[in-house]
Amino acid sequence: MTKVVLKVEDLKKSYGRNEILKGVSLEIKKGETKVIIGPSGTGKSTLLACINRLVEPDHGRVLLEGEEITSRNACKMRQKIGYVFQDFNLFNHLTALDNVRIGLIKVQKLPKEEATRIAIEQLSKVGLSQKVNLYPSQLSGGQKQRVAIARALAMRPKLMLFDEPTSALDPELIGEVLSVMIDLAKSGMTMLVVTHELGFARTVADEIIFMENGIIVEQGPPALIFTNPQKDRTKQFLRKLTELYGEEKNK
Amino acid sequence: MVTIELTILGLGLGFVIAIPISFAQVYGGRVARFVCSLYEKTFRSIPLLVLLMLIFYGLPEIGIRFAPFVSCVLGLGIRSSAYQSQIFRGAILSVSRGQTLAALSVGMTPFESFRYIVFPQALRFSIAPWTNEFTVVLKDSSMAYALGVVELLRQGSYIISRTYEPMAIFLTCAAIYLVMTLSTNKLMGYIEKKTQIPGFETKEVSH
Repeated sequence: MTKVVLKVEDLKKSYGRNEILKGVSLEIKKGETKVIIGPSGTGKSTLLACINRLVEPDHGRVLLEGEEITSRNACKMRQKIGYVFQDFNLFNHLTALDNVRIGLIKVQKLPKEEATRIAIEQLSKVGLSQKVNLYPSQLSGGQKQRVAIARALAMRPKLMLFDEPTSALDPELIGEVLSVMIDLAKSGMTMLVVTHELGFARTVADEIIFMENGIIVEQGPPALIFTNPQKDRTKQFLRKLTELYGEEKNK
Repeated sequence: MVTIELTILGLGLGFVIAIPISFAQVYGGRVARFVCSLYEKTFRSIPLLVLLMLIFYGLPEIGIRFAPFVSCVLGLGIRSSAYQSQIFRGAILSVSRGQTLAALSVGMTPFESFRYIVFPQALRFSIAPWTNEFTVVLKDSSMAYALGVVELLRQGSYIISRTYEPMAIFLTCAAIYLVMTLSTNKLMGYIEKKTQIPGFETKEVSH
């Protein structure tokens, strides 16, 4: 039996009167990649933020390998969860190397030499071994996002959360980030990805989750969701995405 | 010499008060924010000369008496703290929220996020406006004249009373201020260059 890495139970979150999450539950087993799709403003990003407690949910539980994440142990638990942001959020005053290394040194308290070795190894994996001494402002969007992925991976997370990692990128830079993510998924990393990249979803997702208005409308394996969605709303949304991005790219 | 002492002590006092005030304004609760912004608005609105008069001539009425020099340091420091708190507040706020989120996401505590991520960036943002504040305090230290502190300007007027050459002497005073201001700017510009990081280019503000 494969181990359940992440379990989300009935998560709810409101901002004022506006209920963003209306009770979301999901489960991810070790090595699985699940992709969340859905119109913007439906709580996908809030869901990810609630999972690692960057946003405090109003109701519900999140368990990482059976241990509940609370506001009290959040700092410790976040070390085990890699988080990749839509707008990268690289530390602007640090080089690519230091961006990856700082968590290892300051949080995991590794000696500098070991942290450096791990950081360089991770940066090489995302194809940036030549760029270690550059600052974020000297990198392209795609390179920044790959540094961000390396930064998250260096902490040896149990789970990776991706919040629309390619939405802020120029079209020609999306590929380099996606290919890193595809390799990662294939290497057995457990991943929860919010994205509009249906091609990516089709290639590596074990399950597609369609979210709208704070609830999961439909979920299932990509083959089913893409070819024969059960709900009309899912059909409509997919058609719109296909119109927008073209059939070719999603193949 | 007294001018330099006044400037450095005034700035130092201002710095020490400004740091906690700026923190309270950014991270504090409603009460702390209100109190601090009241403090900051009040002392930014009172002319320095009035503040000096209040401290030196006003406070003795309620039994608090300071030497002229100390009064000047207090006046300069309190007023500068109001301005400096705004420099630091602005600098902290100009570090985007995403930086903190990213720091938290790698497992840093809120304090570590501030210490390693927000603070180093905010410091760089505040160098240029702080240089400006330095020169303001330097120049305003001349108001100590009014309390009889023997600083640069009063020294000058003593000389004038012997030589009767106000133009030459005051021009010399002006030149000395000019040299001190320019060299401070030069020094801070050097520090700014030293700590320069691509993407953090800030234009130096001269005053």
